[in-house]
Amino acid sequence: MTAALLEAAGLRKCFDGVKALADFSCAIQEREILGLIGPNGAGKTTLFNVLTGFIPSDGGIATFKGTNLLRLPPYKIARVGVARTFQNLRLIRRLSAIDNILLSFQNQRGERLRNVFFRRRASVRQEAENRKAALALLKDVGLTEKANDPAEALSYGQQKLLSLVCCLATGAELLLLDEPVAGIAPEMTERILAAIRSLPDKGKSVVLIEHNLDAVMQVCDRVIFMDAGTKVSEGTPQEVRNDPKVIEAYLN
Amino acid sequence: MEYLLHILILIGIYMILSLSLNLIAGYTGLLSIAHAAFYGVGAYVAALMALNCHSPFWVNLICAVILSGLLGALVGIPSLRIRDDYFVIATFAFQVITFSILNNWVGFTGGPMGLPAIPQPDVFGWTVSSHLEFLLLVGFFCVLMLLTCRRIVQSPFGRVLKAIREDEAFAQAAGKNVASYKVMVFVIGAGMAAVAGAMYAYYISFIDPTSFTVMESIFIISIVIIGGAGSLWGPVVGAVVLVTLPELLRFLGLPSSVAANVRQILYGGLLVAFMMWRPQGFLGKYSFEKGSSRG
Repeated sequence: MTAALLEAAGLRKCFDGVKALADFSCAIQEREILGLIGPNGAGKTTLFNVLTGFIPSDGGIATFKGTNLLRLPPYKIARVGVARTFQNLRLIRRLSAIDNILLSFQNQRGERLRNVFFRRRASVRQEAENRKAALALLKDVGLTEKANDPAEALSYGQQKLLSLVCCLATGAELLLLDEPVAGIAPEMTERILAAIRSLPDKGKSVVLIEHNLDAVMQVCDRVIFMDAGTKVSEGTPQEVRNDPKVIEAYLN
Repeated sequence: MEYLLHILILIGIYMILSLSLNLIAGYTGLLSIAHAAFYGVGAYVAALMALNCHSPFWVNLICAVILSGLLGALVGIPSLRIRDDYFVIATFAFQVITFSILNNWVGFTGGPMGLPAIPQPDVFGWTVSSHLEFLLLVGFFCVLMLLTCRRIVQSPFGRVLKAIREDEAFAQAAGKNVASYKVMVFVIGAGMAAVAGAMYAYYISFIDPTSFTVMESIFIISIVIIGGAGSLWGPVVGAVVLVTLPELLRFLGLPSSVAANVRQILYGGLLVAFMMWRPQGFLGKYSFEKGSSRG
């Protein structure tokens, strides 16, 4: 096996004495879909927050392609190539769907202040290209006709799909998806899962937090079961599902 | 006629102030109550240079903008660390400090006596003296500022500002350096306020600290909110309404002691009314009331 895309070891995080992450280690390979399951409060979202710089860790290391993530602010982590979605659905609700995607692109000339006033032609051209790329992304997931609607006008499922597209649009190689299909109608769930399944072919790796075990079994190559901030079990979806420790933890 | 021109010039000056605050508060969501401080710094820098260095109008204007912009960076940088209510208090503190310096550094700023006899501006050989000429000058800068604001808010840069207003975490996750955008917008806003300050100093030809108090900051915020925060033309409408409205009171024939108080009541009443029934202002899309999802 080649070197892992992301390697985390000994991650620790305490909230007022509660161990959200207790010596957690994992490795994520290129082009794999890794499922992260476990009961509420197991530390799954905390792991995402630590890896993306939204919460400082108390210790441990996490390297992405040789870059230490734990000392970087969130925006730099996104630029390095680790993007995320949020459990409580974050979008710029009053901007259009396509603007949300445009916001997610990196290295935009027009986002630099001096380019607002000088050498505008190049920025305008890049913006036009980005707009085409954003439309293509919307088309891939069947949201073309919603492109100019404000994000808040989309259905909940469509918004979740849009936030996934935004995450992809950052160009990051590793996507951390926090409950992408929670609380969504079955038909839309299928659409979102199909979009996730297509990610490895685009050269992406995915970590997926999800309570919907059927969804996890369907799309994940590998699953980690987490409880109380540590890894309890790891393996193929089948292996983890049949692990007595997992069954016991879920029964408790 | 002169009276009418005077009102129009004041509208122009407040338009520049509220356009610039709209970038900071309306588009980026940073509710700053330090705007009169930047306004004052602009006025004092331009006036002091005109009085002491006898330098031409353009030089003074540019120096006022640069100095005020630097101060904007100084206030903007703490805003990286604190947010919402705490940010408001920090800008309030800056406002109070600036006023105190203007009021107490008698040797430099003239203290409460102010700076009298500011010479008429000489714009590339054009001596601006009559009301009409001042109106043309202020009008030119109004249009320039409006175009600048439009450029900014319609660009991808402006899109990031709106994203920061709506959801900072999303902007960060999308790879935007939120802190640096905040400082940039603060510097731009402060620089633009200095333009208004310089206009005011040259026009009135006498400045003193009472023109740059917290109340003035709040008045500028009222223009932005009532006009419509986060909309390009909102501050334009707001400035027209809020500068004209108290002038109408003159025609009611109230004794001057009453009129001043009625004016304050009017502002307060208007602000409360808008907050209750139309928090997004005349033209706005964004209300401060909602305090959108942050965290």
